[in-house]
Amino acid sequence: MKTAVRNAFLNLLILGALLGFLWWAPANLDNYKLRIINLIAINAILGLSLNLIYGMTGMFSLGHAGFMAVGAYVSSLLILTVEQKNTMWILEPIAPWLLHLQTPFVVSLVLAGLAAALVGWVIAWPVLRLGGDYLGIATLGFAEIIRILIVNLTPYTNGSLGLKGIPAHTDLWMTYGCFVVVLAFMVRLMKSNFGNVLRAVRDDEIAARTMGVDTFKVRVLAFTIGSFGAGMGGALMGNLITTIDPKMFTITQTYSVLMIVVVGGLGSITGTVIGSVLITVMLEWLRFVESPIRMGAFVVPGVPGMRMVLFSVLLIAVIIFRREGIMGTREFSWDWFFPKPAKTTQTKEARE
Amino acid sequence: MKRCFLALCVVLVAAGVSFGADTIKIGVVATVTGQNAFGGQLELEGMQLANKLYPEALGKKIELVPVDNKSDKVESATAATRLIESDKVSALIGPYASGPTMAAGEVAEKAGVPMMATAATNPLVTEGKKYVYRACFIDPFQGEAAANYVFNVLGYKKAAVLTDVASDYGVGLANFFKANFTKLGGEIVSDMKYQSGDTDFMAQLTEIINQGPDVLFIPAYFAEGAVILKQGSELGAKFRFMGGDAMDNPDIVTLGGEAVEGFLHSAFAYDPSMPEMNAEAKAFTEAWNKEYPGKAPNANAAMGYDAYILIYQAILRAGKSDPQSIRDELEKSTNVPTVTGLTSFSAQSHDPVKDLGIVEIRNGKKSYIYTIKP
Amino acid sequence: MFVQHFINALGLGALYGLIAIGYTMVYGILRLINFAHGDIFMLGAYFVFFATIQYKLPWGLGVAIAIVGATACGLLVDRIAYRPLRGAPRISALISAIGVSFFLENLAVVIFTGMPRAVVQPPWLMKPVILGEVRLIPLGLMVPVIAFVLVSGLLWVVYKTKPGLAMRSISHDIETTRLLGVSVDKIIALTFALGSALAALAGIMWALRYPRVEPFMGVFPGFKAFIAAVFGGIGSIPGAMVGGVILGFVEIMSVAFFPKLSGYKDAFAFVLLIVILLIKPTGLMGERMEEKI
Repeated sequence: MKTAVRNAFLNLLILGALLGFLWWAPANLDNYKLRIINLIAINAILGLSLNLIYGMTGMFSLGHAGFMAVGAYVSSLLILTVEQKNTMWILEPIAPWLLHLQTPFVVSLVLAGLAAALVGWVIAWPVLRLGGDYLGIATLGFAEIIRILIVNLTPYTNGSLGLKGIPAHTDLWMTYGCFVVVLAFMVRLMKSNFGNVLRAVRDDEIAARTMGVDTFKVRVLAFTIGSFGAGMGGALMGNLITTIDPKMFTITQTYSVLMIVVVGGLGSITGTVIGSVLITVMLEWLRFVESPIRMGAFVVPGVPGMRMVLFSVLLIAVIIFRREGIMGTREFSWDWFFPKPAKTTQTKEARE
Repeated sequence: MKRCFLALCVVLVAAGVSFGADTIKIGVVATVTGQNAFGGQLELEGMQLANKLYPEALGKKIELVPVDNKSDKVESATAATRLIESDKVSALIGPYASGPTMAAGEVAEKAGVPMMATAATNPLVTEGKKYVYRACFIDPFQGEAAANYVFNVLGYKKAAVLTDVASDYGVGLANFFKANFTKLGGEIVSDMKYQSGDTDFMAQLTEIINQGPDVLFIPAYFAEGAVILKQGSELGAKFRFMGGDAMDNPDIVTLGGEAVEGFLHSAFAYDPSMPEMNAEAKAFTEAWNKEYPGKAPNANAAMGYDAYILIYQAILRAGKSDPQSIRDELEKSTNVPTVTGLTSFSAQSHDPVKDLGIVEIRNGKKSYIYTIKP
Repeated sequence: MFVQHFINALGLGALYGLIAIGYTMVYGILRLINFAHGDIFMLGAYFVFFATIQYKLPWGLGVAIAIVGATACGLLVDRIAYRPLRGAPRISALISAIGVSFFLENLAVVIFTGMPRAVVQPPWLMKPVILGEVRLIPLGLMVPVIAFVLVSGLLWVVYKTKPGLAMRSISHDIETTRLLGVSVDKIIALTFALGSALAALAGIMWALRYPRVEPFMGVFPGFKAFIAAVFGGIGSIPGAMVGGVILGFVEIMSVAFFPKLSGYKDAFAFVLLIVILLIKPTGLMGERMEEKI
């Protein structure tokens, strides 16, 4: 009981610190740093949603970029002004019903998530019958099909020209607001009974089935929720960059989310958050090797491509030395900072 | 070990950020890796040449700060942000290709830093932008001029088009070509598509050959276009091939071999084989040959060079090097002599009105054969 | 017309098949999607380019150098990035593979620059033979023939030799094989060597067929070939070849029969892939893999 109060207090403290930071940052950091801080939150949302699908429920999905694309397009189409839509569709006229469709950003964000969830749900029915790597390949196939449809359905998506000048609404409050909501949702979900069901489906599907769990339904549900997160993350990403096109949503995009999840630790919420900070910051910070470096009188010329070489070496090294990811499946806990009273642990073990 | 590495990096970064206030910085969202590196690398060399010839303005040194965009849109936006925020550049020069330029342009616009696009020909690049300019003509003009040339000068009535559906440049230019060609009374007998990254165009080409056009228009980037030409000749295509400005590359003959003989493409009005060069083009050619002996001067480099010159001249006229003054002076540019002709901007249009050249590969050499005035 | 399309499809399909075999061999043994395979393919193409075009060595020697070079790289990749992860969760090896793929691509950018280079084809390979309406080039004919020979040779190795027996045994049960006294790491290394050599050969033929080399040239063919391997049933060598040919046919014929829909070309392939997986989850010729219980 006491620990619960303590944890609630500490959580509030952290939340307060985050609020303080969000209030302080815009006035004191430059746009470049703010952009990276925003990206961290978006990557964390994307990572958490993939972690729900893959880490928690054990469904190897390579379709994240496809759901992100759905979300990004739905949200952007809903917030572009009529005037912008009129000038942007230079190849074929925009579909008339789409022209006047407009919603506030927050509504578009929710609709983006719902649209991606719907697509995820529709895809889930056939492909979730597959297992293992085959599931990964089938979801990858669907993501590519989504991308090809976006390229070709010019009246709705403006094809490969993409959308630009998307009115920007993503500031730190928006991205971190979404992040905190998603994080809280995930934590509650994994602590709930449904979270146990998910883990059971992942670890031993047959056993779960014997226990009377409709494993297929559970997987479909987890996949759909994960798709919702991907759609919302995609919408935020598009809005942050303010221009989107189908080329942004290739398999490489999926890889980068997958990297975050695996480096952080598959199945660990804490790990995904750490992974998104680490990978986002590392990718940007390594840029210094590509610009000329001055050391006193010496100037070492920057080498283009060197950044990704270093990045991949670091990535491989992390995976080799921490093969389960940074956190493994462990989660952050305030207990780390306080010595555990020996008695309670004993009783806990005894109960288990 | 890791900590040592970290410490070393911190030192290196700290060492990197020591500047004086006596430099004017021009950021370059450069395209030196990825699929468009063949064009972006040349552009950067052009800018560096211009920087070497005109290294100072207002008594300050001008420094070019290139950041690679990996031929990628998101990277372009990040690179532009970084240049504006961390390097505090006074102006930007845009990346190769229209898509990445639009992404970088959004950032420049929001930050209020002028950006000069080099070879981004898509009309949407400058549209509605106060801070984005470009040094080249735009695709509606290029498509119209190409259609005109094919229909009126060459007398071809049946055309086919092979487009990369995933490339904004490709679909845009193809669209303007098709619209103008049919308006003139020509017929599009085949309209085929492929996706960036494809290497096998045999199926599309076999279909096109079957339709028997007089000319095939390929608004492709150079790397893919050269392969299309090769495969066309392999299949025994009898029609002419015509490309857009993105097919302009000094390596075309090396890459295409005999297959490119007779190939036509529209171009920014510069090529070393031009019969009459303006003074700026002469200066550029001479300086290039001195700086990069054994490497042909080319239109890509010329566009990079021009972009630099336009910003440089605006700085001189403004007498100040803050972003806002440069932007305001850029808008007042009238008849600034550049390699590809006189460049003017106005408050209504940030797209210069420029000549378009037609280049043909004759006897294994690029030759500039025709100029189309707007 | 149709015959021409048929020949085009066969040529393209055989190349996909050749690359697909490398994926399928490694997957069959380690259950690892070796994302770096497409990049070994790229290195093979670069080696032959440097040997024959840059240093003017004869083609035979160039091909040999490329195969040896690519094989060495494949072995190195296995040793450094995959072997330390045996017994780790499979996803860790997969991420390591993605890392290796990024590494090789960008190292190629750093060393070879991002500029595509032209491969000058030997003229006799390109001289067209005209049969009625159909045009053939010797290279186009050679590719399926070489692919067929290589696959036969490979099947012989896998089914008639001792190391082949060991490979098959590892793919069924790695631990038991180890207990039987087989040097598992050596056999796996051999698999990587064979796969890389095939990738190099495919790279060479690809560079001849689509005459340019660039650092990212392995990405799309690798991706397509991987799909082909799944088509055919990943783990099965004849399956990879069949899958490659099917993919070649889908790509070419979808354009031939539906020229208006050529923009959707790749979507056809993916739809077919998903349909096949739903009907026969292990691909056309794949064996059922044991379920983890």
